[in-house]
Amino acid sequence: MFTEFLQFLLSGVTVGATYALVGVGFSIIYNASQVINFAQGEFVMLGGMMAWFLFERAGLPMPAAVPLAIAGTVLVGLALEKFAIEPARNASIVTLIIITIGASIFLRGGAQLVWGRDFHALPALSGDAPIDLSGVAVNPQSLWVMGCTVVVVILLHWFFSRTMTGRAMRAVAFNMLAAQLAGVNNRLILMFSFGLSAALGALAGVLIAPITLTYPDVGIMLGLKGFCAAILGGLGYPYGAIVGGLIVGISEAMTAGYVSSAYKDAVAFVIILMTLFFMPNGLFGRRGIERV
Amino acid sequence: MNRFMRLATPRYGGMLGLAAIIAVLPAFLPNSFYFDVVILVGLNAIVCIGLNLLVGYAGQISLGHAGFFGLGAYASAILTGNYGWPPVLALLAGAAGTGLLAFAVARPIMKLRGHYLAMGTLGLGIIISIVLTQEVDLTGGPDGMPVSGFSVLGWEPSGVLVWYWIVGGLLLLTVWLALNIVESPVGRALRAVHGSEAAAQTMGVDVVHYKVLVFVVSAVLASIAGSVFVHYIGFVTPSEAGFVHSIELITMVVLGGLASIYGAVVGAAILTTLPQLLTALHDYEMLGFGAIMMGVMIFMPKGLVPTVARLIRDRVR
Repeated sequence: MFTEFLQFLLSGVTVGATYALVGVGFSIIYNASQVINFAQGEFVMLGGMMAWFLFERAGLPMPAAVPLAIAGTVLVGLALEKFAIEPARNASIVTLIIITIGASIFLRGGAQLVWGRDFHALPALSGDAPIDLSGVAVNPQSLWVMGCTVVVVILLHWFFSRTMTGRAMRAVAFNMLAAQLAGVNNRLILMFSFGLSAALGALAGVLIAPITLTYPDVGIMLGLKGFCAAILGGLGYPYGAIVGGLIVGISEAMTAGYVSSAYKDAVAFVIILMTLFFMPNGLFGRRGIERV
Repeated sequence: MNRFMRLATPRYGGMLGLAAIIAVLPAFLPNSFYFDVVILVGLNAIVCIGLNLLVGYAGQISLGHAGFFGLGAYASAILTGNYGWPPVLALLAGAAGTGLLAFAVARPIMKLRGHYLAMGTLGLGIIISIVLTQEVDLTGGPDGMPVSGFSVLGWEPSGVLVWYWIVGGLLLLTVWLALNIVESPVGRALRAVHGSEAAAQTMGVDVVHYKVLVFVVSAVLASIAGSVFVHYIGFVTPSEAGFVHSIELITMVVLGGLASIYGAVVGAAILTTLPQLLTALHDYEMLGFGAIMMGVMIFMPKGLVPTVARLIRDRVR
C-alpha cells in the first residue's frame, strides 16, 4: 500500500522535475521580455532528438552527444530570438504569441524533415535495470532526472544571486527601463535568456527521452505542462515554476495510479483552472497593478 | 453622410461587397473540391468573427475556442445520432448548452489577465477535448463518430452547392450581427475595456458584464459553426475540439487583423486554403506553414487587413 504510494510519488517527481525545468525556461524568457515562448516544448524535443541522432546515428559517445545536443538547441534558441522575436519587439503580446507558435510549428516541421516521424529511444544514461529500494523499483534514469534538476536549481540560484549577469537579468525583470538606465544591455539579456531557456529545455529533453521516447511532437504536451508549471507558480518566479512543476507531476502520477489513467493529462489543466479561479496570479505571484 | 459615402463604410459597403463575392463565387469554382474548401472557409470565418469580437475588440485572448466548436459539433452528433433529435433542435440545444457553460465559467475566467487568461482558456479547451476523447461510450472516443445529414422540416440539403448557400447565408448573418454589436454602445464599451479596464470601470462601464457577454456570444457562434460543420462533413473526431484547432482559429484572427470583422474572414480564407496549396510541398508543408505564420506576423504585426487598408489609405492621400 505504502510502497505503491512511494512508487507513484517517485514517477510523479521524475516527470514533475522535467515540467519544472521547462517551466523555469518559460519564466526566464518571460522575465526578460514579457513574452510567453510557445516554442519552449520544441527545445525539449530538439534536445532529445539531437542527442538520439548524435548517439545512435553519428556514433558519438554519450558524454559528447549530450553536451552537443544541448549546445545545438541553444543555437536554435538564439536564432529564434535573433530572427523572430527581435524584429517584432514592439508588436503586441498576442502577435508575439502567434510568432512563437509559428516557430514551434516550423521547428516541428524541421524535425520531421530531418529525423522522420518515428518514435526514437535514447538509451538510459546508466542502464535501465531498476534498483530495489525496500520494495520500490527505482529507475536509474529517474535518479538522473532528479539529481540533474537539483544541481540545475542550485546553479540557477547561485547564478541569479551571485553573478553580474544573473543580477542584471533580475533587474530587467523588475524594471526594464531602470535597468537600462543603470547600464544593463537589455538586448544582450534577452539573447542570453533565450539561450538559457533553450539549454534548460534541451536538458529536460535529454533526461526524459529514455523514459518517454522522443518524436517530433513530444514537445507539445511537455511544453503545455511546463507552461502550467510556470503559471501555477506565478509567472516570472523561476522558483515558483519548480514548485508548480512538482505539483503538476505528482498529481498526474497520483491520478493515473489511483483514479484513471485516461484523465491523467487533464489533471494539470484542472489544477491550473482551480488555482487561477481562486488565485488569479498563481500561487506565488503578486497582484499586478495597472496604470491608467 | 450622403448615400454614396455610406457605401464606403464597413457596414454597407463591406457587406454588399461580401454578398457580391458570395453570389458570384460559384461561377469560378470548377469542381466540388473547391466548393468544399470554400464552405470550410465560411465555417471557420463564422467562428473567427466571434473570436475576434472577444480578442480584437474586447482584448481578451482565448486559446481554447475549438473546445466550444467541439461542444456544438458533438451536441449535434450525439443528440441526432443517439437520441434521434431533429438536427435543428440539436443545434439549438448545443448552442444553448455551450452558451450556459461559457456563462458559468466566464466570470472566473474573465477575471484573469494576459498570460493567465491565455492559460485559463487553453486549459478549458484541453479539458473539453480530453473529456470528448475519453467518454468513449458517448462520443466514440478518439476514432470519432458518424453524423447524419441535416434536415429542416423534412427538407434535406444535399450537394455542395446547397451547403454553399447555407454557409454563405450564415456568414452574412454573422457579419451583420457582429457589425451591429461593434457599432452599438456594447461595441464602444468593449473597446473601452480593451483600452483600459480600470479607466472603463471609472467611466461607469460594467466591465465584467461586457466581458462575460462577448465571451458567451463568441462561444455560441463557435458552437453553431461546429454543429453545421459536422452535419456537412458527416463525421466528427475529438481533434475538432483540440489544442491545435484552437491555435488555428486564433492564428486566423490575428493574421487577418485584430479588431477587424473582415480581417477574420480574410484570415480564415488564407489559413484554410494555405494547407491545401502547401500539400504541393509534401514534406516541407509544416516548415512552410510555420515560416509563413512567423513572416506575416513579424512584418505585419497588426495583421493583413488593417495593414493593407492603411497602405491603400496612404496611397489615396
